[in-house]
Amino acid sequence: MKLNQTLIPASIIVAFILQIMPMPASIDVYRPDWLLLILCYWTMALPNRVGVGATAICGVVLDVLYGTSLGVHSFAMVIPVYLVAANYQRFRNYSVVQQAIMIFILSMLYHMLVYWLQYWLTGVQFRFEFLWPVITSVFLWPWLFWFLRRYRRLLQVT
Amino acid sequence: MNEVFARGPSLFVRLVIILVLSIGAMMVDTKVANFATARTYLNSLVSPLQYIANLPGAMLSWSADRFSSRQTLLKNNEKLTNQVTLMSEQLQRFRILEQENKNLRKLLDAPVRDSMHKMITELMAVDTSPYSHQIVINKGALDGVFLSQSVLDDSGIVGQISEVGTTNSRVLLISDVTHAIPVRIERNNVRFIAVGDGSLDSLQLQHVPHSADIEEGDVLVSSGLGEVFPEGYPVGTITKIIRNESRPFAEVTATPFAKLDRIKYLLLLWPQVTAPAGAIAPVTILSDAIEPADPEEKQ
Repeated sequence: MKLNQTLIPASIIVAFILQIMPMPASIDVYRPDWLLLILCYWTMALPNRVGVGATAICGVVLDVLYGTSLGVHSFAMVIPVYLVAANYQRFRNYSVVQQAIMIFILSMLYHMLVYWLQYWLTGVQFRFEFLWPVITSVFLWPWLFWFLRRYRRLLQVT
Repeated sequence: MNEVFARGPSLFVRLVIILVLSIGAMMVDTKVANFATARTYLNSLVSPLQYIANLPGAMLSWSADRFSSRQTLLKNNEKLTNQVTLMSEQLQRFRILEQENKNLRKLLDAPVRDSMHKMITELMAVDTSPYSHQIVINKGALDGVFLSQSVLDDSGIVGQISEVGTTNSRVLLISDVTHAIPVRIERNNVRFIAVGDGSLDSLQLQHVPHSADIEEGDVLVSSGLGEVFPEGYPVGTITKIIRNESRPFAEVTATPFAKLDRIKYLLLLWPQVTAPAGAIAPVTILSDAIEPADPEEKQ
């Protein structure tokens, strides 16, 4: 088993685990979008390996884990990842701060899409608490970017 | 790196295909009832992930068990012993009342209510999605869990089973926006429907007329209508009533008794006829708690 072939699946599995790990209710509202961030990173760094297809599969798995209707999270995640995949060269040239601002927009888009779909399916009420993960994701991005780039270069993942 | 160019359909076409497929999946999942069985298999497939995600918490509580001091253990022991003593005293009276009630019901030719079989289950995972209130418990089809089974904690109704996996299952909490539970006021038996409103500590009563005899502090118990929840289990207490005559109905908020934000151990209920072998029968628990059986029971 080659290390440089397992880094992407391993990071995605870790993202799933971080996404569903039980947390106290007071911290839970701040949980960042681990899966979306990791998929965005790989789409930007290696668009030939991870793209909208992989994102759709991850979204369905997340739906099963969350117990939401199948397709909600794949729908909501595919659109931000598509935007990254279509502009990956521009993204790579941004500074980390600019990327974090982009992540703010993408994550906001993701949460609004999930909310709209859930509203359409079940009629939930909007609360501003739903948008806390957007803020934590922005602050997580620089660390995640640094960490994943380091290991991508170390293991020469292509 | 050059594979990214000119292979398969273009990025935009792929996006459109996936979006259409996603919407199709949503439609099928919400509209087709038989799809629940497929979800059972999908759930079993991803359950290893849930077990792994649960590991850190499980390890933390395991090490907390290991390293808890003698002092705390003694204190806990004392507290629990006191609790058992107090409860078994209550239980003694309860048994007599139950017997009396059964006899009276027999005299009235009303059907005798069976006690429920129970099984203790533990929380495995909490759904982190803010849009739905669901939890995962560590009992599944192998333990005899069935769809829309009632789930309780030590103070009230928690929810019902919404998906059954092989070794774990999903519970829809009463506070979820898609959940409604038929209730009645304990004081005067007025019936309502309590609907979750997406916040863990409140329920809304629907279609309450302004003239309804309802007061703050009234206790709501399950009414048994709808035949999902058994009758007479506590649900919540009414905390706020807004009687605005310009609106068609009064706005009534209740707080659930169950501590939905700090769930750890839960009870699953079975009716007498369908209880699996592993469930705790209602009578054994009583005779375990009280050593000398009281003379009324013997007769």
